[in-house]
Amino acid sequence: MNVFDISGRAMSAQLTRMNTTASNLANARTTYSSEAEAYRALKPVFRTTMEENGLATVDVEQVVQSDTQPTRRYDPNNPIADNEGYVWEAGVDEAAELIDMMETARQYQNNVQVLQTAKSLILDTVRMGK
Amino acid sequence: MAADKIFGVHGAALQLRSERLGVLASNIANAATPNYKARDLDFDRAMEMVREGDDTQEAMSETMGYRIPLQPSMDGNTVELSTEQTLFAENAVQYSTTLSFLEGRVNSITRALRGE
Repeated sequence: MNVFDISGRAMSAQLTRMNTTASNLANARTTYSSEAEAYRALKPVFRTTMEENGLATVDVEQVVQSDTQPTRRYDPNNPIADNEGYVWEAGVDEAAELIDMMETARQYQNNVQVLQTAKSLILDTVRMGK
Repeated sequence: MAADKIFGVHGAALQLRSERLGVLASNIANAATPNYKARDLDFDRAMEMVREGDDTQEAMSETMGYRIPLQPSMDGNTVELSTEQTLFAENAVQYSTTLSFLEGRVNSITRALRGE
C-alpha cells in the first residue's frame, strides 16, 4: 500500500459520506403518513484498514440508518395526513448534515493535498540527476 | 554497499522519509474514523538503527509509536489535523532537502565521470 492507495481510498470514503449527506438533505422535510415509512438519515460507518507496517487507510464498512426520529407534525390539510390529521417528517437533522458536509469537504481536501505533495515529491525523485 | 559510499546516509534517509510520508498520510486519511489511533515513527531513532546496519522496514516498525493527543476527542480518534498537517509538511520539506543532497552528489559524480 502506498500513499496513493491510502489517500485515494480515504477520498472515496469521504465521497460516500458526501453522497449520504446529499440524500439526507434531499429527503429532509418530506412528509409521510406513518412513522414506519418515514425516511431516516443515512450514515456511513468508517473502518480503518491496517497493514502490518503501520500504514492504514479507511473504507466504508456499511451504511446504516441513523436513529434520528421522524417528527410528528399536525397538518390536517396535507392529503397524506393520517386520521388524526398528523404527518411524519423525515428524521433528518439539517443543521447536523450541513456541518457534516463541511467536514467531509475539508477532509477530502486534506487528502487531495497529501496526494499532490506525494506526487510532486515522487516526480522530483524520478527527475533526480537529469 | 557501494551506493552507501557515494550517497552516505542520504539514501536511507530518503527511504525513511518516504515511509514516514505514508504513515502521516494514513493518519490524515483516518481523521474521521472512530477509535483510530494516530501513529508515527521516531525518525531520529530509526535513522540511528539504519546507520547501525538495520534495514529501513525493520527500523520503521521498531520505532513506531502512538501519538499522544493534545486534546482527546469523544469518539476515541486521536488524529489532530493541525499536528498531522504540520508534520506532513515538515516531512515533505525534509524529503526535498535530502533529495537535493542526493542530487548534488549525483551531479558532481557525473561531472567527474565526464572529466569536466
